[in-house]
Amino acid sequence: MPDLLTLKFEEWRRHGQTVKTWSVRAARLMIGVPDYDTYVQHRQANHPALPIMTYEEFFVERQEARYAVSKGRFRGCC
Amino acid sequence: MSALVGNGNSIQTKLLWAGVAALGAVSFGIVALSRGEPVNAAWLVIAAVCIYFIAYRYYALFIARKVLGVNPMRATPAVRHNDGLDYVPTNKYVLFGHHFAAIAGAGPLVGPVLAAQMGYLPGTLWILAGVVVAGAVQDMTVLFLSTRRDGRSLADMVRSEMGPVAGAIAGVGILLICIIILAVLALVVVQALKGSPWGTFTVFSTVPIALIMGIYGRFIRRGRVAEMSLIGVVLLLAALVYGQTVSQTPELAAYFNLSGPSLALIIIGYGFVASVLPVWLLLAPRDYLSTFMKIGVVTLLAVAIVIVRPDLQMPSITKFVDGTGPVWAGSLFPFLFITIACGSVSGWHALISSGTTPKMVENESQIPFIGYGAMLMESFVAIMAMIAASVLHPGIYFAMNSAAGIIGTTAAQAAATVSNMGFVVTPDQLSQVAHDVGEVTILSRTGGAPTLAVGMAQILSSLFGGQALTAIWYHFAILFEALFILTTVDAGTRACRFMIQDLVGNAIPAFKDTKSWTNNLAGSALACVLWGYFLYQGVIDPLGGIWTMWPLFGTSNQMLAAIALVLCTVVLFKMKHERFAWVTVVPATWLVACTVTAGVEKVFSPNPAVGFLAHASRLSTAITSGQVVAPAHSLSEMSRLVFNDYVDATLAALFAAVVISMVVYGIINIRKALGTPRATTHEVEFAGAAMGGSNA
Repeated sequence: MPDLLTLKFEEWRRHGQTVKTWSVRAARLMIGVPDYDTYVQHRQANHPALPIMTYEEFFVERQEARYAVSKGRFRGCC
Repeated sequence: MSALVGNGNSIQTKLLWAGVAALGAVSFGIVALSRGEPVNAAWLVIAAVCIYFIAYRYYALFIARKVLGVNPMRATPAVRHNDGLDYVPTNKYVLFGHHFAAIAGAGPLVGPVLAAQMGYLPGTLWILAGVVVAGAVQDMTVLFLSTRRDGRSLADMVRSEMGPVAGAIAGVGILLICIIILAVLALVVVQALKGSPWGTFTVFSTVPIALIMGIYGRFIRRGRVAEMSLIGVVLLLAALVYGQTVSQTPELAAYFNLSGPSLALIIIGYGFVASVLPVWLLLAPRDYLSTFMKIGVVTLLAVAIVIVRPDLQMPSITKFVDGTGPVWAGSLFPFLFITIACGSVSGWHALISSGTTPKMVENESQIPFIGYGAMLMESFVAIMAMIAASVLHPGIYFAMNSAAGIIGTTAAQAAATVSNMGFVVTPDQLSQVAHDVGEVTILSRTGGAPTLAVGMAQILSSLFGGQALTAIWYHFAILFEALFILTTVDAGTRACRFMIQDLVGNAIPAFKDTKSWTNNLAGSALACVLWGYFLYQGVIDPLGGIWTMWPLFGTSNQMLAAIALVLCTVVLFKMKHERFAWVTVVPATWLVACTVTAGVEKVFSPNPAVGFLAHASRLSTAITSGQVVAPAHSLSEMSRLVFNDYVDATLAALFAAVVISMVVYGIINIRKALGTPRATTHEVEFAGAAMGGSNA
C-alpha cells in the first residue's frame, strides 16, 4: 500500500510545516519582530492606498522601535 | 493545556483533577517531610508542576472571570488599534513565548541559589506559595489593567488612577530599582569572571561576535534573523571551546586574568558604549543571541533534570534560618522573601506586563494564560535553580558562596571554616571541583551564577559527555548567564537614561530631547555613573558585595511589586469589585510587611551584620581609636565603608518610604472609591465585537 504511506508522509510533512511556521513566528516575536505577512495583509485590507514596507524596511523599523528610548519599554531583568 | 483546564465537569475531569491533587500532595509530602535521606529532585518537580496546574485551573481562572471580569466580547487594544506593528492581535501561544522571554532573566536563577543557604525547603515553599498567591496574580492583573487602558505603562496607570503625586513617587521608585538591578546584575558577572581567563575570554568574545552579526544582519542579509543567530551561536561555541586553550596558555591567559575592580570598570565602560552606539550594531544582535540561548538553556535544563533526576544533597533546612548564614545576612522573615524575588513575585514584571504584551493580546480571555501562565513558568525556572544549587555537596555550596572575609583564601582554611559550620568538606574536595570545572579556585565565587553553573554542569554532564565535558558545561553556563545579564545592562542603561532625561527634563526642559547627541551622551554617562557607583562599591566590599547588595536589590524589586499590587487593589475598589479585593490585598499586605520590615532592619538593626547604621557606627568607633577591623585592610578603606553604609542606609530608607507613601495614597483612593456609588476607573470605553480566537 504505497499510497497510504505517501498519504501518511504528506500528513506528517504538513504537521511539520505548521510547527515550523509557528516556531519561527514565536522566535521572531521574542526579539520584537511581529509577523510580516500579518502586517502586509493588514495594510492591504485597511490602507490599500498607502505604501507597504518591504520586509527589510519592516525589520529595521521594528528593530529601532524595540530599543527606542521611550516609556514602557523594559525587558528581561528578572 | 486548553483541554485540561476547560470547563468540563464530567466525572472523568473531576477524577483527573483529584488525581493531580493527590499526586501533588504525595510528592510535596516526600519533599517536605523527609529527614536525613537525600530527596530526589523529581519529587520537587512533580510537586511544583501539580501545584501550578491546580493553581491555574482553580485560582487564575477564578480571578480572571469573577474578580477582574474579563470580557471575551470586549475589543482589546490590539484589535482597536491594529497597525500590524505595535498593536497586533497575536496567537496566544506566540504571545506567551514573547511575554515569557521578556520576563525571564537572571533574577529567578540567582535568588534561589542564594536562598539555599537556609536549606531547599524554605525557599521552595516561598517560590510556590509566592507565585500562586502574589507573583502570578500581580502579573495577570497588571496585564489586565494595561489591556483595558490601551497598553499604558505602570507609572502612567498609577498617575491616572491614584493621582500625580503617587505617580511621581512610583516613577522615582522605578528609577531606583533600575539602578540597583543594573548594579547587582553586573556584580554577579564580575564575581563570576574575576580571575577566570576562560570565562572572561568567552564573555568578551561576545562583543566582536555581536558586531559581526550586527553588520551581517544590517548590510549583508538584512533582517535574516535565523542566519545571523546561527552564525552567532557557532562563533560563540567556538569561543567557548577555544577559551580552554586560552586559560591553559599562560601568555594568553594573562590578558584575560582580571581583578574585580578592572572588570567592573570595563563593564561600566561597555554599558556606556553599548547604550550610545546604534542599536543594530551591538545591542540588538546580543539581545537575539541571549534571548534564544535563554530559552534553549532553560528547556535543556528542564529536560536534563527530568532525565537525570539527581538527589538533593542540601539538607531541607539548615541552622542558618536564624540569620547567621555566611551567604547573606538576616533572618528568615523578612529576608528570605526579599532574597527570592523574581521566582515568586517580581515588581519588574509589572513593567513588562504594562509594556508591549498588552498591545498584542488578541482576546481578554487569554489574559490568564499569558499573564498567570508565563509567571508559573518563571517560577519553574526558579525551582530548577534551587535544584541545581541543592544537588551540590553543601560544603562546596558554602565554600563557593561565602566571602573571603569569612572563610579565608586557601582551600585548607575554607574547608576548615565550612566544616566547622557543620558541613564537613575536605580541601581536596574543594580543589577537585575547581579542577573539574577548569578553574584555579572556586572559593568565594559569590553571586549565585558560579554555583548555578557548577550545579548545571553536574546535571548536564551526567546527561551528555560525563566528566570530560564538565568544564565546558560550566563555562557554557557562565557564558549563558553573563550574556543575558550584559544584555540587560545595555538595555537597562538606555531605559535608565530615558528616565533620568525625563526627570531632569522637568527642571531643564532642553534635556528632554532624546534626539540630541549631547543629551544622549550626558544621560548615558549619568546612568552609568549611578549604577557604576554601586557596582564598584560592591566589588571592593571586603564582604563580597552580594552580602550587602542583594538584600537591597530584593527590597527594591519587592517594593515595586508592592506598588503594583496597591495599584491593582485601588482599581478593584474603583471598579466596585471590592468584594474580591482580598485577592490583591493579601499579597500587597505581605509585600508591604516584608519590604518595610527589611528596609527598617537594614537601616536600624543593632546587629552590624544587618543594620547599615550599626555597621557604620562600629567602624567609626574603631576609626577614632585608630584600629583596623577585619575584613577591612586599612583606615581609609574603613572610612569608605562608613560612607557606603550611609548611602545604602539612605536607599533602604527611601524604599521603605516609597512603599509607605504608596500605601497611604492607596488608602486615600480606596476611601474615595468606597464613598462613590458608581465605578470610577479610567478604562478606555467599551468597544464590542472582539475578533480573534477566544477560549482561555
